[in-house]
Amino acid sequence: MSASTATLRIALVGNPNCGKTALFNRLTGSRQKVANYAGVTVERKEGRFADGNGRVVQVLDLPGTYSLAATSPDEAITRDVCLGRVAGEPKPDLLVCVVDATNLRLHLRFVLEVQRLGLPMLLALNCTDLAEKRGIRIDHDRLQAGLGIPVVETVAVRSGGTQALVRRLGQTLPPASKALPEGADLHAAVNHLLADAVQMPRRTAEIDDRIDRVLLHPVWGLAILAVVMFLMFQAVFSWAEPLMGGIETLVGWAGQGVGALLPEGVLKSLLVDGILAGIGGVVVFLPQILILFLFILALEESGYLPRAAFLLDRFMVGAGLTGRSFIPLLSSFACAVPGIMATRSIQDPRERLATILVAPLMTCSARLPIYALLIAAFIPSRTVWGLFNLQGLVLFALYVAGIVSALAVASVMKWWRRSKLEHALLLELPSYRLPNLNDLALGLWERAMIFLRRVGGIILALTVILWALSSFPTPPEGATGPAIDYSFAGRLGHALQWLFAPIGFNWQICIALIPGLAAREVAVSALATVYALSATDDAAADLLAPIVSAQWSLPTALSLLAWYVFAPQCISTLAAIRRETLSWRIVAIAAGYLFALAYLASFLTYRLALAFA
Amino acid sequence: MTIAKDSSSLPDGRSLLTLPRLKEARVLSVTDHRAGDVIARRLRELGFVPGELVRVVAQGPLGGDPLLVQVGFTRFALRRAEAERVQVEPLP
Repeated sequence: MSASTATLRIALVGNPNCGKTALFNRLTGSRQKVANYAGVTVERKEGRFADGNGRVVQVLDLPGTYSLAATSPDEAITRDVCLGRVAGEPKPDLLVCVVDATNLRLHLRFVLEVQRLGLPMLLALNCTDLAEKRGIRIDHDRLQAGLGIPVVETVAVRSGGTQALVRRLGQTLPPASKALPEGADLHAAVNHLLADAVQMPRRTAEIDDRIDRVLLHPVWGLAILAVVMFLMFQAVFSWAEPLMGGIETLVGWAGQGVGALLPEGVLKSLLVDGILAGIGGVVVFLPQILILFLFILALEESGYLPRAAFLLDRFMVGAGLTGRSFIPLLSSFACAVPGIMATRSIQDPRERLATILVAPLMTCSARLPIYALLIAAFIPSRTVWGLFNLQGLVLFALYVAGIVSALAVASVMKWWRRSKLEHALLLELPSYRLPNLNDLALGLWERAMIFLRRVGGIILALTVILWALSSFPTPPEGATGPAIDYSFAGRLGHALQWLFAPIGFNWQICIALIPGLAAREVAVSALATVYALSATDDAAADLLAPIVSAQWSLPTALSLLAWYVFAPQCISTLAAIRRETLSWRIVAIAAGYLFALAYLASFLTYRLALAFA
Repeated sequence: MTIAKDSSSLPDGRSLLTLPRLKEARVLSVTDHRAGDVIARRLRELGFVPGELVRVVAQGPLGGDPLLVQVGFTRFALRRAEAERVQVEPLP
């Protein structure tokens, strides 16, 4: 049969929180491609696997949606792909509608709505393990007869939990789905189906009620949220330390090995002082970034993040944001780019714009390198109050500074652009779930790859350019000063110094800020390059912290820390803002206000530190 | 606390906003605040339809905003302006 050789194209559709993405991960493993839909900024996830007969099945994981009457770009994409309205996106051969067996009242309504599209359909009854635990009994045959489409049970979080689905996909395609007549009451139809096929001892999970009583408590809930955030940042600093030491040692070995093999000259300088020192200085922060993402992913999977959004909504509304902003802003602690992209889940345009504009104020992991370097060089590592590491506390304070400025900036914007429009929340709080290790690992793998690809691409290129700028032209015969003084970079750094001298930056910092435009973390590798090359003996790349602590004054270090709370120089962030808002004006506003705030904060910090030192 | 103007027209109806915490109630209607009210339409899609059981499970820490509302088998956080649209009848 020809049908068994052609690729089958299926799409997963369903409400948010139905376990659709876990099912997608379980089906496709790591054979996934993540991109954007053409012309819009909605994430497109595609993967493939082989069904029972060895036929290739191509799966599209469509954004979760409550209804085909879309209220956000995500929901519009789901509707348009199902309707075959997206250019270059053929209508799927089969829709796999995913529902959570514990949340059928809401999810089946969407199934009935999707049936109106008249495509072949299949129902994946997901989370049947949880339903069983809660004593929910679903009569498979009656549900299947009532809906008129095949029903298969899945447990996306369990290995082998998708067998029934894969087996069913290997059989003949179900016919185009029949729908209820136009104007029929879908809610009534769902209640009829539930009465006929489902027995449910309790409407909610008892455990959810109990946990929520504590986690959503007006006092305890907020206290626990604060503790969770604090532990997260302490862990980022302390757990990562041994791993970072390991990476540093490896980079050091590689540098010595290459240095011993190659003769003195331009090539050796490029490899050891340029590439290895530069890249090594950035890769070393991978453990911290991954630990941060591990926490964010685990909190998201467990269902805690929407709870945090619930607790914080009123505070954030006060500042012109929304509880929903919490999730994009938390992601921005890892990187503002995914954070800005995650603002798509905010339907309200004003709240979304405000979130986008303040997302760069969240301390992204790319700022960790510079914080880590300066904290290690200038803040003593000692225990305070018998419990906390002073370095961890300073880091925490820097994060808080970012958050406070974000709230202040958002408040100013709210006051500036008063609007009478209504802003809705309508946020679902899903059941608590134990995070699935498989999904966590996959999520972390994706982040690590994104980071390493950045290191391999843009950061490598900039490192080489910076090395060239700081190596050429070479000093004239008989010159006595460090070579970099005579290079392009040295001249540029000196030329910029008039601008940055009032805030205490020396010319080395001025040079490092230039490549930091493309990616903030490059500033550290740039400093490593600048100092490795300007030192008379050239084995100094790994020893940046002691050099900095010996050559910079404390006010300069504090001023640079304050600068990086705002850190306007990140082209990827500005590009993301442009992509998400389609407006150069907003990009200019973002860059302008960040630069002004950074300069002001550094100026005040430097002057105050000088006055008190 | 303010009671929505529209609710006075309904017999025994009151806004979800005024429902005491954990008190079981039945939905009577969702009021449109303007023609083509997207928020009201979405509330209906999420299950706020006549006859459905609802309950306020929790309130936000600041000014009791937002409300956490159980409808069907699902919980939604609604701001006060959203909850105000839902007219309910408390069960005895």
